[in-house]
Amino acid sequence: MTAIDLGLPQLGGLDDIPKTDQKLRPADFTSDQEVRWCPGCGDYAVLAAVRSFLPTLGIKRENTVFVSGIGCSSRFPYYLDTYGMHSIHGRAPAIATGLAVTRPDLSVWVVTGDGDALSIGGNHLIHALRRNVNMTILLFNNRIYGLTKGQYSPTSEVGKVTKSTPMGSLDHPFNPVSVALGAEASFVGRAIDSDRKGLTEVLNAAAAHRGTALVEIFQDCPIFNDGSFDVLRKPETKEQRLIPVRHGEPIRFGPAGEDGLGEYAVVQEGFGLTVAKADEIDQSQVVVHDQTDQNLSWALSRLSDQDLNHTVTGIFRQVSRPTYDDMARAQVAEATERTPSADLQGLLNGRDTWTVAGG
Amino acid sequence: MSQSDTAVEQRSEVVSRDRVVIRFAGDSGDGMQLTGDRFTSETAAFGNDLSTLPNFPAEIRAPAGTLPGVSSFQLHFANYDIVTPGDRPDVLVAMNPAALKANVGDLPAGGVIIVNTDEFTKRNLTKVGYDANPLEDDSLARFSVFPVAMATLTKGALAETGLSKKDAERAKNMFALGLLSWMYHRPHEGTERFLREKFARRPDLAEANILAFKAGHAYGETTEAFAVTYEVAPANLDVGTYRQITGNTALSYGIVAAGRVSGLPVFLGSYPITPASDILHELSKHKAFGVTTFQAEDEISGVGSALGAAFGGALGVTTTSGPGLALKSETIGLAVALELPMLIVDVQRGGPSTGLPTKTEQADLLQAMFGRNGEAPVPIVAPRSPGDCFDAALEAVRIAVTYRTPVLLLSDGSLANGSEPWKVPDADALPSIEPRFATERNSPDGSEFWPYLRDDDTLARPWAIPGTAGLEHRIGGLEKADGRGSISYEPANHDRMVRLRGAKIDGITVPDVEVEDPTGDAEVLVVGWGSTYGPIIAGARRVRGMGHRIATAHLRHLNPLPADLGDVLGRYRTVLVPEMNLGQLAMLLRARYLVDVQSYTTVSGLPFKAEELQDLFLEYLTGVHS
Repeated sequence: MTAIDLGLPQLGGLDDIPKTDQKLRPADFTSDQEVRWCPGCGDYAVLAAVRSFLPTLGIKRENTVFVSGIGCSSRFPYYLDTYGMHSIHGRAPAIATGLAVTRPDLSVWVVTGDGDALSIGGNHLIHALRRNVNMTILLFNNRIYGLTKGQYSPTSEVGKVTKSTPMGSLDHPFNPVSVALGAEASFVGRAIDSDRKGLTEVLNAAAAHRGTALVEIFQDCPIFNDGSFDVLRKPETKEQRLIPVRHGEPIRFGPAGEDGLGEYAVVQEGFGLTVAKADEIDQSQVVVHDQTDQNLSWALSRLSDQDLNHTVTGIFRQVSRPTYDDMARAQVAEATERTPSADLQGLLNGRDTWTVAGG
Repeated sequence: MSQSDTAVEQRSEVVSRDRVVIRFAGDSGDGMQLTGDRFTSETAAFGNDLSTLPNFPAEIRAPAGTLPGVSSFQLHFANYDIVTPGDRPDVLVAMNPAALKANVGDLPAGGVIIVNTDEFTKRNLTKVGYDANPLEDDSLARFSVFPVAMATLTKGALAETGLSKKDAERAKNMFALGLLSWMYHRPHEGTERFLREKFARRPDLAEANILAFKAGHAYGETTEAFAVTYEVAPANLDVGTYRQITGNTALSYGIVAAGRVSGLPVFLGSYPITPASDILHELSKHKAFGVTTFQAEDEISGVGSALGAAFGGALGVTTTSGPGLALKSETIGLAVALELPMLIVDVQRGGPSTGLPTKTEQADLLQAMFGRNGEAPVPIVAPRSPGDCFDAALEAVRIAVTYRTPVLLLSDGSLANGSEPWKVPDADALPSIEPRFATERNSPDGSEFWPYLRDDDTLARPWAIPGTAGLEHRIGGLEKADGRGSISYEPANHDRMVRLRGAKIDGITVPDVEVEDPTGDAEVLVVGWGSTYGPIIAGARRVRGMGHRIATAHLRHLNPLPADLGDVLGRYRTVLVPEMNLGQLAMLLRARYLVDVQSYTTVSGLPFKAEELQDLFLEYLTGVHS
């Protein structure tokens, strides 16, 4: 088989989308539908963040489409006054792929949850990531099945007691960031629902990325998995555990030390990473985040086990890679250019015709 | 053809025939499909009417020389219009003992067998259970057997080319083609041209194959063995331009044409599956027509991506076979709820489960009708012949776009791979399809866009595509409020929406039934659908030729059924439905019209034979059945 070099994308994620001069406000993105999540659900925080973030993109509202699957978070599109489709369980990435390939003028968003994306829709997720279709996937991870009333999910901790696992869950959980990296994702980020600033920063970068961007959002289910991320929220525990990373910056976290940076640092250990006290190491040992370094992204995703001891947030990986939809359209354009007015009659005739004349 | 014909002593006597059936049979690796294709092209170019039946195993290369590895290609050609690939071959070309053993049972007494003797070794004979060489005992006495050492002769003819013996021997199918081309006076310019193009990068192989072809031709001409050649005059077909076409190609062209006449870009989302993959292959070649093809990760993504493209205003298409249709059913249900246009092509094959991937069946009709959760009606269109796949695809898209609904097109394995002469339509005369995208807010006071406000005539909802300012809306699988389209769990609304979706499909305009009842007073009506058209018409012609009166009607639209069908069925004493399933259409007709439909079924993986249906019809006409 012949391989053809198709080049790197020259554009950002939003460059093909019509811009607006209109000053849009969060209210413009608010539909007339009453929001029906449970009180205290983390989805409210994400919805508020997205509603105030979308107007800042400067693109036309009518060129924005949200596609979701099934689950609590998948109700998301109903609450945004953009185009939207609430589809079926796990299939949103497939549906969004058809839309994104045929409509480069749309900003395509997928809203999904840990069950929707990683269980029933796992196949579509990994293939969307490897193809690198221009869309942004928001994966709301609350580590539980909410809409079906409290069964364990593919990100639940081993041993979790739920309605379907009275003696504890036996499933080893997925790490969504590791899954995405393993699926060749060109953009992987993580944020916490309650951290508006961090979430918005990752969303901005994801929207501007050309290709599939996966953003894992830790999000609370107050009904069936209340407080599951509390250690990452409470001041007394979060500083020891949250590791925000930025491209080009040394990875330091925790309460500020003498040099103004965090008292902890991420350092290399064998082929992986570990955490050290900053004042006990040479500063040259501190890992500087490089979002294009595949091994580093991977090792960062493995720092945190299911106990959330060391949880990295921010952008794990962002690289420029050809996108499936750009290349698919380029092939159509190239074929059309070669045969500007493709002749339907010629196609139907083929090369071997014969004529039956009237007698 | 009879024994006496072939016993004529005079050299090169030319005998006229109205029709001939030839079957090429060999090992999967012997190139029998190619040989059959080429003979078909030559025959089409000559102007005969024709119909073909390729029959091959699901395995790519079953163990060489075994019965499961036999691949065959049957061709029926005539000087009049024919509708089936023929029941029994007049001539069997058998490239090895397995091919002989697997096919000789279909040959009528007096049939001609041309056999490649080189493969009749003790080992190969044992492999297929022959205790003795059938060429050397009297087991084939009922037939005219022509033993030809094809491999040896081919290698001899190519001795000077410098090709290895193995490569030279591979050209023996072209030797066979040359011999048959001589015997039936076929033109061979097309084959030479074809071989030069096929082997453009290996001119040595092209010339070797042409040499083998010519050697076969010369062998026929110079050998005493073959006393007779046969002529089948061109058929007297309707005036027009013709080409040979398979069902899958015609179906692909129908989709390309539908994109052209609707002005919609075509998006095909598909996962490879036999026997539908050739549609994906064909459409992937036609990007210049604005066709995008997406080889999805699975069947569900195939249909999902097509639905996503449809949401964005493309002509969304997905192609599959029965197992894939099962996987797509949830998404088709979503498309029913979203009321978006989409074309789903099911090239049916033998089931259940993986079943018989390369064989034909019509057993997905009820899956197409009912294979979704909830009340989820989908229009169904079925082509009746390979060429008709073109028109059926256009018709399916017309319904999909006009009524904003997924439509199922039910082809089958015999249509997909079978071929026939096709009167090429005038591309400029194809009727247009109007997408009529919504552009304005439509609520009663004009201030809002209501995605489920319906057209009074068609009950279709507006198709408002992203990018249209002011029409932003959300749709989904949850029940919608009639008109406004927001989520509604209201009992009366759900009842109304279920009935509205049903009424929309029931109200689709489809043509009345075309009944063929030449005498106008037949008492038996045979109703068919899909690929049974050919054998039903052939069977009916035969019994009419015997002086019987019989009527036929063929259903292109299975959902909704033609409005006058109930009246038509009621006019006949007996309604008979032959199907390649266990009576699925018969069940639908009985349930719908309370008519005592007689069901006749076969699920052998092969089409009905005209003779089989002739005998069936005679039973009903002469009172064995009443």
